[in-house]
Amino acid sequence: MSPRKGSQGRAKVVVEFEGVNKWFGDFHVLKDINLRVRERDRVVICGPSGSGKSTLIRCINRLEEHQEGRIVVDGHEIGNDPKSVAAVRREVGMVFQQFNLFPHLTVLENCMLGPTKVRGLSKAEARDRAMQYLARVRIPEQADKYPGQLSGGQQQRVAIARSLCMQPRIMLFDEPTSALDPEMIKEVLDVMADLAQSGMTMLVVTHEMGFARTVADEMVFMDEGSIVESAPPERFFTNPENDRSKLFLSQILSH
Amino acid sequence: MNLRYSWPPSAWGKALRERAGATAPQASEIARTGAPRVSVRTAATLGRSGRWWNAPWFDTIQFLVLCGALLGLIVSGAMSMGYSWQWYRVPQFVFRVVDGELIWGPLAAGLAVTLEITACSVVLALAIGLVTAFLRLSDSLAGRAVSRVYLEAVRNTPLLIQMYLFYFVLGPIIGLDRFWVGVSCLAVFEGAFACEVIRAGILSVPRGQGEAGDSIGLGRAQVYRHVILPQAVPLMLPPLTGLMVSLIKNSAIVSVIAVLDLTTAGRDIVAETFMSFEIWMTVAAIYLGITVPLSVFMSYVERRVRTCD
Repeated sequence: MSPRKGSQGRAKVVVEFEGVNKWFGDFHVLKDINLRVRERDRVVICGPSGSGKSTLIRCINRLEEHQEGRIVVDGHEIGNDPKSVAAVRREVGMVFQQFNLFPHLTVLENCMLGPTKVRGLSKAEARDRAMQYLARVRIPEQADKYPGQLSGGQQQRVAIARSLCMQPRIMLFDEPTSALDPEMIKEVLDVMADLAQSGMTMLVVTHEMGFARTVADEMVFMDEGSIVESAPPERFFTNPENDRSKLFLSQILSH
Repeated sequence: MNLRYSWPPSAWGKALRERAGATAPQASEIARTGAPRVSVRTAATLGRSGRWWNAPWFDTIQFLVLCGALLGLIVSGAMSMGYSWQWYRVPQFVFRVVDGELIWGPLAAGLAVTLEITACSVVLALAIGLVTAFLRLSDSLAGRAVSRVYLEAVRNTPLLIQMYLFYFVLGPIIGLDRFWVGVSCLAVFEGAFACEVIRAGILSVPRGQGEAGDSIGLGRAQVYRHVILPQAVPLMLPPLTGLMVSLIKNSAIVSVIAVLDLTTAGRDIVAETFMSFEIWMTVAAIYLGITVPLSVFMSYVERRVRTCD
């Protein structure tokens, strides 16, 4: 996102989009996307619905395929090579709007599945790690329950813990609070803010502008498949350059 | 593949439930229908509209009268054509006791062969169904085409013709004996339905589940093994039980290639004794004796699955 010349002396680039284009049939969802995310960056992507925000971050771990351009994540180019996709998915955690917890497994088993099957941890190690991250999202007492027995906010925190158990270097959040009741949004945002504090590299698609303002160090505004503006939050919120971003901000900040 | 039996018949079921004092509908029933259909107060004595002709006792009488009329029709018809009933000769074809020793008759032996054929073809049909279902869901164009052609060919030709093709064409080429010709033909036939059941089960697991599995780094096979199949299999069980019921019934067709199954045994006995009424009724009853418990089990599993989620 920042020009190349500023790269020396700063943390290394972990996610890079170069001229990425993607179509769903005839629909051009991503138009010439260029984006660089450095280690420990906290990037918030916002924009009206249908602008391609979710598609953008889903391209990072290949839940969506792009048709043109280059995406490099943690040194691996995302393409048709299943090995590099697998390597990237091990290092990139994702939190979904609909939580997507495994309903047939307990909270603890949800958290242990990845570490045991992908990282090759023993059951005991995986259990310790799972309990550690469940404690971090403040929900260790629910470890033996099934996802269906938890509230939405609790489920989303478990989903965050499940991703963290893989000890990823990058976390993707795809509208993590959009499916939650208002009183549960805060508990999830608090956990995410904690995570940001700890130095995790995060890409967050969200409409929570308060969260964006305090946590993000880069705002990316998308509209109709393009990145229209990217700026540090103080500038983005107080003095947006683009007319489309101004309109968007006036609409969502007016209440 | 409409294989649902209602057992006991609804009239009996209602009467039995009410006699047991279970006037309040079960939780699973509420979940299924949305609201109790019978109001608690009137259900014990009268039907849902509160009229005597909807009452359970009248329902039961209606059912008994219908059964009696059918039976009377058969008996009077048989009498008018001078049919001599020889039911006493039937049990020996199932089993005999000679000097305190049990000897199985041809019908029992036939039943054993029928069950054997069914068991073998169920396993094979599931294997075929699993493979073709994954082919249909795969990204490979050729794989999808192969399974599509297989499905359409099997579903759109008569089973009898398939049996002849297997017996007269495939059998001699591969060198299968008639038992295995029967088994493989039935397996190929039912495999097409198994494929659809398995595919539907897999597709009914929300897409996000697979994506969540992908995102924590599980491989393709691991996603299926640990995430999708554990959720899909319970959904598949009821229709797969139905598939087994249809296999048992369809296995009767092996009699055209002279495999000594239950139907063939029945036909042979009729040819010898001319007791066509008794023997065919007995054969039908034996088939019912296996399929009805399976169907009851199926609806039990179905109810379990529904209340789980």
